[in-house]
Amino acid sequence: MTASVHAAHLAHLNVATLRHPLDDPRTAQFVEMLGPVNASADAAPGFVWRLVEEGAADATGLRPAGDDVIVTLSVWETKEALWDFTYRSGHLEAMQRRREWFERHVEAHLVLWWVPAGHLPTVDEALERLADLRAHGPSPRAFTFASSYTAAEAVQHLQAAPPNASRSA
Amino acid sequence: MEDIEAIAALQDPVRRRLYEYVAAQGREVGRNEAAEAVGVARTLAAHHLDRLAEVGLLESGSRRLSGRSGPGAGRPAKVYTRTRAEVSVSLPARDYRTAAELLAEAAEQAGLDAELCAAARRRGEALRGSAAPCGGLEEAMEMLAARGYEPRLEDAEDAPGVSGAATSVVRMRNCPFHDVAERFPPLVCGMNLALLKGLLGTDGPVRARMDPRPGECCVVVENSKNNID
Repeated sequence: MTASVHAAHLAHLNVATLRHPLDDPRTAQFVEMLGPVNASADAAPGFVWRLVEEGAADATGLRPAGDDVIVTLSVWETKEALWDFTYRSGHLEAMQRRREWFERHVEAHLVLWWVPAGHLPTVDEALERLADLRAHGPSPRAFTFASSYTAAEAVQHLQAAPPNASRSA
Repeated sequence: MEDIEAIAALQDPVRRRLYEYVAAQGREVGRNEAAEAVGVARTLAAHHLDRLAEVGLLESGSRRLSGRSGPGAGRPAKVYTRTRAEVSVSLPARDYRTAAELLAEAAEQAGLDAELCAAARRRGEALRGSAAPCGGLEEAMEMLAARGYEPRLEDAEDAPGVSGAATSVVRMRNCPFHDVAERFPPLVCGMNLALLKGLLGTDGPVRARMDPRPGECCVVVENSKNNID
């Protein structure tokens, strides 16, 4: 697969450490927002894909980064599309209340990286990118909104989709 | 010094009215429309609009305003919008933006969202300067305009739970904290919401609510009764 610049999509991983379990009353308002916010992501311009646990509506049941750490893994056509959803939609309201529900992270909790269009990143791949960002700081391999790189700058780091790659989580 | 030149360009009263008209529309404006709105000849308006584009206060482009294309559609017309970049001059030199960014970065890292919102709410209450909450959407528009938010009324088409009644909400075209809000959105947008809640007051006829849209302030102001279920 040749990865042309135009055929790159932006992958995004966010990790968040819950202050209280999802079934705790103190987290109830966050859980209430999950459905509507996920639905607005699915309908957002430039949305490509998000990780969903098999048989569930979201990925909050998957805990690949720790028992109390929920992950959001998604793919977008452009950085602007992801930005507009993250910070210019109903999602912002949930983010603005983050301290009620989540621990403060000392290390990076969000990582962005470019993937060839059509490639759906695995959780392991996403956690590797987060580890890369935490270890080496922002680079074309792994970056943040504030320190972003273009797909052209990242072209040599585009991870080609393995043939017959499984698309489920 | 370029910023000084840009601001000096607004000293001409016709030019200033043209700038204010284009800025208030929030969309592309043609030469004819701007000339008519300000009450000057088209050639004079064109001269001033180009000057405003030259100093960077407006951006210009070309668009076929008729919606037609192909032969006979005529030449594309020149259109103008306000530039997104901000222009400021401080004499003597002050650099509050760097201070704001550094403070926001530290607050973000320390997780001080709640403390910042509490301070913003108190500031909003103090700015209102009255014990009574804001009296209605019109008064809210005036308060917001005075603080640079560029408010406008918009019909709320899909207000849930409201049958038939034509309701309006106030949306804001400008975010006074734009640059720092873009860098730390949850922190600064939360601060802005708290500031506006303080400004409008508690349990009054209007209230502020977060309802972000691309390119606008993240807050909407509405009648409190609209959403009482």
